[in-house]
Amino acid sequence: MPFSSLSEIKARLDAGETTAVEVAKLYLDRIAAHNESLNAFVHIDPAHVLAQAEASDKYRSEHDARPLEGLPIAVKDIFCTQDGPTRCCSKILTDFHAPYDAQVITRLKEAGAVLVGKTNMDEFAMGSSNETSAFGPCRNPWNTDAIPGGSSGGSAAAVAAALTPAALGTDTGGSIRQPASLTGITGLKPTYGRVSRRGIIAFASSLDQAGPMTRTVKDTAMITAAISGHDSGDATSVDNASAVDWLGACDATDMKGLKIGRPKEYFVEGMDSEVRASVEAALEKCKELGAEIIDISLPHTEYAVAAYYVIAPSEASANLSRYDSVRYGHRCEDPKDLLDMYTRSRDEGFGTEVKRRILTGAFALSSGYYDAYYLKAQQVRTLIQQDFIKAFEKVDIIATPTSPVTAFKLGEKTDDPLTMYLSDIYTIAVNLAGLPGLSQPCGFANDMPVGLQWIAPAWREDTILSAASAYESATEWATRVPAGFGGES
Amino acid sequence: MSWEVVIGLEVHCQINTKTKAFCGCSTAFGAEPNTQTCPVCLGMPGQLPVLNMVAVDKSILTGLAIGAKINLESKFDRKNYFYPDLPKGYQISQFAVPIVEGGYIDIPTKDGEKRLGVTRIHMEEDAGKSMHEGLDAVSHIDLNRSGVPLMEIVSEPDMRSADEAISYLKQLHQVIRFLEVSDADMEKGQFRCDANVSVRHPGEPFGTRTELKNMNSFRFIKQAIEYEVLRQIEVIEDGGKVVQESRLWDSVKNESRSMRSKEEAHDYRYFPEPDLPPLRVSQEEVDAIKAGMPELPGELRKRFEIEFGLSPYDADVLSQTRLLSGWYESLVAAHPADPKRCANWLANELLGRLKEANLDIADSPVSAVALAGLLDRIADNTISGKIAKDVLDFMMSSGKDADAIIEEKGLKQVTDTGAIDAIIKEVMDANPEQVEGYRGGKDKLMGFFVGQVMKASKGQANPGMVNQRLKELLKG
Repeated sequence: MPFSSLSEIKARLDAGETTAVEVAKLYLDRIAAHNESLNAFVHIDPAHVLAQAEASDKYRSEHDARPLEGLPIAVKDIFCTQDGPTRCCSKILTDFHAPYDAQVITRLKEAGAVLVGKTNMDEFAMGSSNETSAFGPCRNPWNTDAIPGGSSGGSAAAVAAALTPAALGTDTGGSIRQPASLTGITGLKPTYGRVSRRGIIAFASSLDQAGPMTRTVKDTAMITAAISGHDSGDATSVDNASAVDWLGACDATDMKGLKIGRPKEYFVEGMDSEVRASVEAALEKCKELGAEIIDISLPHTEYAVAAYYVIAPSEASANLSRYDSVRYGHRCEDPKDLLDMYTRSRDEGFGTEVKRRILTGAFALSSGYYDAYYLKAQQVRTLIQQDFIKAFEKVDIIATPTSPVTAFKLGEKTDDPLTMYLSDIYTIAVNLAGLPGLSQPCGFANDMPVGLQWIAPAWREDTILSAASAYESATEWATRVPAGFGGES
Repeated sequence: MSWEVVIGLEVHCQINTKTKAFCGCSTAFGAEPNTQTCPVCLGMPGQLPVLNMVAVDKSILTGLAIGAKINLESKFDRKNYFYPDLPKGYQISQFAVPIVEGGYIDIPTKDGEKRLGVTRIHMEEDAGKSMHEGLDAVSHIDLNRSGVPLMEIVSEPDMRSADEAISYLKQLHQVIRFLEVSDADMEKGQFRCDANVSVRHPGEPFGTRTELKNMNSFRFIKQAIEYEVLRQIEVIEDGGKVVQESRLWDSVKNESRSMRSKEEAHDYRYFPEPDLPPLRVSQEEVDAIKAGMPELPGELRKRFEIEFGLSPYDADVLSQTRLLSGWYESLVAAHPADPKRCANWLANELLGRLKEANLDIADSPVSAVALAGLLDRIADNTISGKIAKDVLDFMMSSGKDADAIIEEKGLKQVTDTGAIDAIIKEVMDANPEQVEGYRGGKDKLMGFFVGQVMKASKGQANPGMVNQRLKELLKG
């Protein structure tokens, strides 16, 4: 059972073969056994988890089960929850307890889910390796010397090692898809505006989007169905988003008539040759399933990383101003005056990468530089959006590698932020364009998982779910489990 | 060589919505500190703003009232700076594209009306309040005001004297009160002003300006501008240069002091607010707001002069507030025979008494219908104007209507010729020498007799008839 999918557990619960309490105990035991080596969870309250599971079993005994009744779901430490601390893996939010739930947390609760705990992440979601966390790095279950990717590294590692059957992450420049790819699981970043951002600690407001990280495509659909939809408390949440038959979209077993775009800019020199081979093989498999592979061009791809590292830090520099030690969060000892309180509290509270991005953003927005950086980056963003619009005139969906490399070793890139930033080279453009993107396992390179990324037009998550389901049903990559976590058969 | 003063004004006006600009918290004034707050206006992690559309409608109405263009698409920006009473570390404001652009305010001057340009009106949120005084080495913060909606109304540098600046502010204040878009109570900080002041010789380019910050009384604004003009002239005439800076008026010492120079000025790092999509309003919505716009003070003044024959002074007094002008129109409706008498009695008698009692017209114990009832009794000669003033006093204190008081106190005017003649005869009998004198040609004694007769009648004799009968009977 530990490596069962969410849908399999749901089937057993619905059949009365197990209870939410049994399921919760199973995963709590696994967390107790393996979290020390992985550091995937930064907060866990077993009594509270069991209380939720008991309440769910009681609910089930009295009512019709809700869509996620009794199913354990872990959430990244970026989601505000009334229960337990919410720290975004930053020292500056030491001891912060949110007096409210994020809207997606409310929706998970309303759907009957059992919230397992808070997962590790890069501080304020700024990182691609989970090494900037104030709670120490999280490790990749496929090789504990390797990083799990980031920023939703804890959620990815927890799902990959079956410490939870599913988790929520957030994705600003690839933070769901890249760790999903590096840990061999499935992760979806929905269309911007599909899922409410209210109560999710903001990194870059125009890019942030929450989404599921799961073992299967269908599990991803189940969770997205529960958390998506208009929220009047988020002005960027879209209320006319086209309805999706989330589960129905996952019934596809072939790709007949599907036109898949293969952007030449995503298959270039410099990418790991084994990664490339895995992705090329995946595209061959798609052809066998009836798809047509069409070469396309997204000509402004090469500017995406640069534009992103202006826009995201600019927004972050303002979003993180509220952590000023005045109302909550870390405050330095004995400040001598206001300026001292601000500078010392923030210097002590934020880690190096967060400070780097705040400074980058403040610089890009400052008088005299705004036009050259922020404005220019926004123009690039528009061009990237137009690239996709043009491409989708020819194809239904785009397939690319999720990451140019497999999981690297801890500490390998920490001294070289630029190389680290390039980890997100294939995922960033999707955020800039506000599109949905999904990563699913498509093989192994250097004994580590490789991810296949699907990109669809805005609001067409159904196209992605169908293609990914067909691919999943025709391959066995999603059933592979890392050694050493009790899943070997 | 003569000096010319150049003034531009920025007014921060609190929009009188029930709830804040971006959350559902109350905007009521005077609550216990930090009781009208929520995670949004406290700047808690992950919280998002949702725009209050009532504030939008009121900003549009204000723009329409000053003849401005309404931008059907406007945008919000973040203005970044750190201060403990600014919870998010940025203020949501409109920088690049405000909701209102252009417009004007006409002010009366001795050379006729002068038109002063309004550059823009933009919406923004207020910060909280910091309190430093009387606290031992700590500061306290009240965030009840955090997120309260404001309109910032920015003028062109069109004013050429402190008096013109005050006149502009008073006209603007009146328009805003008329529109009921703000209570604009200056003591509560709901209408506060920054003034940009510079001096130059006529015909020269603008001089270096200084900014006088955060003034909330017409008197202080006038004093501060006049002080600043003299200070700048003195600096220049002494061979110095005016430094671009912000200055703060000290109303106790009657002087201003430097707050921060241009070099110390903040770089606010404005950029588009990603949490709020562009604000779009339709032309139909704007037209509907326009259709509901009340008559403005200027139009009202002119109508009162033409329709009711009021003097410019009375017309001005009675168009000060929407409540007062409405009160006046109700009074005229109830006493249509004499709109001028209505104006006199409202502007001079009733308002005077209310002022003494420290009451607003809204709280007047005498209603428009009740006052009309009193004016009716003057018109039909039941009482004289003089007695009517006493009756109004009784009405103020008792709340009873005029007829009841006249009846109760027996104040009905004596119009019976026989009764008046009898009093006159008594007075003549008691004053034979004066009768002799009058008949000998001392016409001035007429006044003495009128006075004596009125006194003897306790003021109730009809003065016209007394005059007429006296002339008759004194002839002998």
